[in-house]
Amino acid sequence: MNWLLVVAGGMVGAPLRYLTDRAVQARHDTGFPWGTLAVNVAGCLVLGLLTGAVAHGAASDSVRLLLGTGFCGALTTYSTFSYETVRLAETGARFLAAANVVVGVVAGLGAALTGAGLADALWA
Amino acid sequence: MTAPPDRIAAPAAAPSAHPGTTPQSPTPQSPAPQPSARRRTRAPGAASGQAPVVAAVAVGGALGAAARHAASLLWPAVGAFPWTTLAVNVLGCAVIGAFMVAVTEVWTVHRLLRPFFGTGVLGGFTTFSTYAVDVTSLLADGHARTGLVYLAVTVPAALLAAWGGAAVTRRLASRMRRTPARVRVRVEGLGGPAKAEEGAA
Repeated sequence: MNWLLVVAGGMVGAPLRYLTDRAVQARHDTGFPWGTLAVNVAGCLVLGLLTGAVAHGAASDSVRLLLGTGFCGALTTYSTFSYETVRLAETGARFLAAANVVVGVVAGLGAALTGAGLADALWA
Repeated sequence: MTAPPDRIAAPAAAPSAHPGTTPQSPTPQSPAPQPSARRRTRAPGAASGQAPVVAAVAVGGALGAAARHAASLLWPAVGAFPWTTLAVNVLGCAVIGAFMVAVTEVWTVHRLLRPFFGTGVLGGFTTFSTYAVDVTSLLADGHARTGLVYLAVTVPAALLAAWGGAAVTRRLASRMRRTPARVRVRVEGLGGPAKAEEGAA
């Protein structure tokens, strides 16, 4: 059952990342990977909120496996984030590569904190 | 470099392209104004015509997430430091570096392999959200030093892994490319048209 929850979450999260990335990348002309940034930040916000909900007893372990391990885990990606950063650096866009790392990490942590704060406000 | 120019041009033309997207530059053999015109009128991100790619990403994502879950069960957290997530992310980055070089610079592969394995399996296997939430949880729960070390170590480890995976694969590919070229000249010299036909089929 636990495995099914993780698989179901991953089966939705990964294609949502793909479709979001395509939609975002089609709407601007820069070399910056806004699509991956968008899904990573969104996933951090949801997982922060969910982790807070579990801590306050508002969400069960099944919900954590489905939405946390499965959905958020597959929606967000470290491999594409790293690969896109390396590609930017390799093609001479060193500033964009550094900006991608700094903005990605800072925005991800900010989103996780925001989610945790929301959970406190809702369930504490 | 002895690779055909179209294979070198492909990744350079789209430096930040998502690993899962199909190459945007049309192949030199097909002028095809029709598909590109159609692509422009179609809403970006629309699933129509994209169904096999989306399905490949979904199946890959499910497998990747399950593999990450398996890793967390096999190696449960010992102490506060999230070793398993770090290992999963670094491994996924090394593999994507190698994989992307293999499918864009070395081999021509089935169009669904990249969405399935790159976007799906590796994207589903690695996770940014668990990384960020673990860092903030460690900081909030009084493990500030562990949280900061984890925060600071993951980034260079992941980037080095992605770069290293790509560099090692490029090196292996150029070595392999040199050897078969010599062998092929010899085989063609002895074998004649029968061999050539077999290779083309």
